[in-house]
Amino acid sequence: MSREATHRAIEAVWRIESAKVIAHAARLVRDVGLAEELAQDTLVTALERWPVDGLPDNPGAWLMAAVKNRALDRLRQDALHARKHEELGADMDALQSHVVPDFVDALAEASEDDIGDDLLRLVFTACHPLLSTDARVALTLRLIGGLTTDEIARAFLTPEKTIAQRIVRAKRTLSEARVPFEVPRAAELPARLASVLEVLYLVFNEGYSATAGDDWMRPTLCAEALRMGRVVVGLMPNESEVLGLVALMEIQASRTQARTDAAGRPVLLMDQDRSRWDPLLIRRGLAALERAEALGGARGPYALQAALAACHARARRAEETDWAQIVALYDALAVVAPSPVVEINRAVAVGMAFGPEAGLEIVDALAAEPALASYHWLPSVRGDLLAKLGRLDEARAEFERAAAMTRNARERELLTARAHAVGAPP
Amino acid sequence: MRFMMIVRATPDTEAGAMPESGLIAAMASYHEELAKAGVLLDATGLQPSAKGWRIHYRNGQRHIVDGPFAETKELIAGYTLIQVRSREEAMEWARRFPAPMGEGTDAILEVRQLYESCDFEPDQPAERSRKTQASHTSARA
Repeated sequence: MSREATHRAIEAVWRIESAKVIAHAARLVRDVGLAEELAQDTLVTALERWPVDGLPDNPGAWLMAAVKNRALDRLRQDALHARKHEELGADMDALQSHVVPDFVDALAEASEDDIGDDLLRLVFTACHPLLSTDARVALTLRLIGGLTTDEIARAFLTPEKTIAQRIVRAKRTLSEARVPFEVPRAAELPARLASVLEVLYLVFNEGYSATAGDDWMRPTLCAEALRMGRVVVGLMPNESEVLGLVALMEIQASRTQARTDAAGRPVLLMDQDRSRWDPLLIRRGLAALERAEALGGARGPYALQAALAACHARARRAEETDWAQIVALYDALAVVAPSPVVEINRAVAVGMAFGPEAGLEIVDALAAEPALASYHWLPSVRGDLLAKLGRLDEARAEFERAAAMTRNARERELLTARAHAVGAPP
Repeated sequence: MRFMMIVRATPDTEAGAMPESGLIAAMASYHEELAKAGVLLDATGLQPSAKGWRIHYRNGQRHIVDGPFAETKELIAGYTLIQVRSREEAMEWARRFPAPMGEGTDAILEVRQLYESCDFEPDQPAERSRKTQASHTSARA
């Protein structure tokens, strides 16, 4: 193998193993920042030794053993250091000489436990609510996703320096607050898990929505969010909302190729060429949703959104969409996760299932909603319903209003075209 | 990017012989690793070609030919489909694949990259990849 090929092979091994290596070290030193440092040192050692000695048969085990030794060395040094200080005050020698080796041995023994636990602890720590959302996202991509600072920066169109500082500050915050490296206890678990799922879905949406980030990194973000979601499913196989989120992401990802036309313009769900949806991802999404429902999680917010996505995925043609079922799901979603945005979507579904008049009633009830004042979807949906009712002048005015509100040039183009289609003023 | 790891058939797989329990366990734990890493999309074993058939398209006609088929080494016995971030990552996972017929028994594992739907975009792929390259480069600069 050439030197360059070996280097790329090591990089691939690192991508596969890095989160586990960091998690293992963090379990021992109880500090995520220090753990990442130790993991990086371990990688440097591998980069020095493997090109000379050849790749080990089991590179994962090699890395784990190497990082464990580094972590234990570090702890021994710290313990010795602490002991030296104490010698000045009291004669603790007899006690310490027993305590120190025991302490390290006990840690080493504890570290033989399931690595999955460590990885799950790392996931929860990176998504700790003490951190800002931006910091959680960056830290998760760095520690769990194994993305470089440069890759994260490109994905979010943010200077690399900003991302680097964000990560450093996040690690310091965790360290200063002495956040325990653990999976939250039952009472805390739902809220903490919600934070993890929020971070994963944010990463996915950042990749999925065409608003920012460079062309090359955006699909990477989607794929990475999905991969991390699948990892968390493996770690918490009985949490229905994790399955719900993964189902949602799998089904949404299945539409990637149909969401834009050849010129890069967005294509609405109802107009997409469904033959370009990825059947494998749909099948995986439906299977994950089924498992979420079997666990009794059918009413979870992510499971409901996945069920909505599944309704579209099951319809071979747009006309076959089961709108009554979609209305029922939005009714349920409006109970567990009420929001004006859910209401608009519910109005669309009601309009499709029971006629534009019924949809318009819901939309009109939302007119005074302050959260929607600058949201172009409201006039756009209202315009659509009015057009179906033949109230063309009002429809045109709504489309024009929506076009003036959106900041996305391609959407504006689409809305202006719709205004024209219902009869522009002379 | 997606890769398919294909296990080639052997006289044993074509005879429908069940793998020994050690091999089954090794395969299960390998696939569990893939799943835990979030890269496993699909995997399955195939029954002997004796239970399959082929359709030959010749001179505008279709002919059905029942299995088994003679050229054992050209047949496949199973596949594992993974989604990874690089060719090297696929290579590393393939390297960890257990010897498909058990250690010490000859076998072949073939790895192939799948086309992605974007490989069939109506606009010129060359243009697209140049664009990607350009944005990549400018972001690095």
